Amino acid sequence: MGPADAALADAHRREWGPVLAATVRVTRDLDVAEECVADAFARAVESWRADGVPARPGAWLTTAARRRALDRLRRDEVAARALPWLVTDEVAPDDPTPGETDLLALVFTCCHPALAGPARVALTLRLLGGLTTGEIARAFLVPEATMAARITRAKKKIAAARVPYRVPATAELPERLAAVLSVVHLVLTTGHTAPEGDALLRRDLLDRAHDLARLLRTRFPTDPAVTGLLALVLLTDARSAARTGPDGELVLLADQDRTRWDAGMITEGTALTKEALRGRPVSRYAVLAAIAAVHAEAPSAADTDWSEIVGLYDELLARWPSPVVALNRAVAVGFAEGPAAGLEALEPLRAEPALATYHYLAAARARFLQELGRSAEADAARAEAALLTGNAVERDFLGRG
Amino acid sequence: MAGYLILFYVDEAAYAADAPADLLAAHQKFQAAHGDVLRGGGQLAPSTTATSLRGGGRSPDYAAGDDAEVTDGPFVETKEALGGYYLIDAPDLDAALAVAREVPAVFGGVEVRPVIYP
Repeated sequence: MGPADAALADAHRREWGPVLAATVRVTRDLDVAEECVADAFARAVESWRADGVPARPGAWLTTAARRRALDRLRRDEVAARALPWLVTDEVAPDDPTPGETDLLALVFTCCHPALAGPARVALTLRLLGGLTTGEIARAFLVPEATMAARITRAKKKIAAARVPYRVPATAELPERLAAVLSVVHLVLTTGHTAPEGDALLRRDLLDRAHDLARLLRTRFPTDPAVTGLLALVLLTDARSAARTGPDGELVLLADQDRTRWDAGMITEGTALTKEALRGRPVSRYAVLAAIAAVHAEAPSAADTDWSEIVGLYDELLARWPSPVVALNRAVAVGFAEGPAAGLEALEPLRAEPALATYHYLAAARARFLQELGRSAEADAARAEAALLTGNAVERDFLGRG
Repeated sequence: MAGYLILFYVDEAAYAADAPADLLAAHQKFQAAHGDVLRGGGQLAPSTTATSLRGGGRSPDYAAGDDAEVTDGPFVETKEALGGYYLIDAPDLDAALAVAREVPAVFGGVEVRPVIYP
């Protein structure tokens, strides 16, 4: 790959969202803005290869996309529009970072509670992350045509119902920010273990989760949930390199080479976790980050403070109960108090309908049964888990026995 | 400025059994507070009083015309029936939702729909 192509790939990841956000301000139409940004990237391929990479690629792309948008607006002046223009405020003249404000406006528009949950994630990945509809469809296990229809419907609703393109006012902010954070968290968890496919994780999704969490932290530096989520992103991703072996095979947390964990991310993530836990109200993300921090700080798997982890899961279960949290707590109990205690803690969860097709329950039972020497039952549980996962790396691991 | 219709849906059985005595006063208070954006509204008589016309709009002016089949009851039977509406002016969905949050809505909830030809 030449320097121009490398710069383009980098710009695609870093600048797609900012360039689109600045272009929407001109077009006041999401589809037209996307076309103009795609056009700017296409021009960049030719121009950067011929004339070299500009000093500020993002600014180059924004100028090209906005120029294209203005051309189109002039040509389409008299054309009848089926949909209303996107509702935007004027940029405040005293805004020190208008680009960041536009980007956040796009985030809050994509994650508006008036849109269906799956559509919020899809729009965020496509408009802010520059992912293609096909890439998003594969991440969420739906046919591409279904995902395309979902995105189109959401964009139509934004225009027709006049979902505004703006950072919400203070009064609405807590609810709106919660919706954004849950989208970023879903992008993180989906990227961390891809539901489908040959690779354990999706680097593209993890990168987007990083970018979004950082952006939110820049604008809302004192919000404990924002701080907790950025900490969780860092502490989760810090382990990425060690999670698979040389042939892409799964390596469990206990067996990971901890020298391959990203020390910089762990240091920053741990500091942010402490800050997030001091904030009020304590957010779910801060507690999840605290669990990841306990793992990250343990010099070896054997030194992990499992009773601390059980305590943190108790807190999660008390405030934000869910079958998956109950399962994780039961697994932690097994590591803290031994396989018999773990198996006992897992037992009541087998009747939980929400976990019936969740492969981690069967995988956890297999592990504790094996440690207790109940091999036949362990094999059966492992086979069940292999049947239930859609991720090939996880399936291979479970098949290894 | 755009138009939004706020439709309120009510569990009619629960409403008939236990309608709050001060509900009308609550609506009057809402109307007084939002008079500047209200363009219309009203409470509907129970869905048992509804009459529906189905015709498919096949006449030249798209009306049901003589094809219309007259039936007793609302167009769609639901547990929570349309109980009333407000038509409001709002610059965008967030502003419309802010008004909709203040609509008295017992035994049900409200739906906010943009009006295309206000």
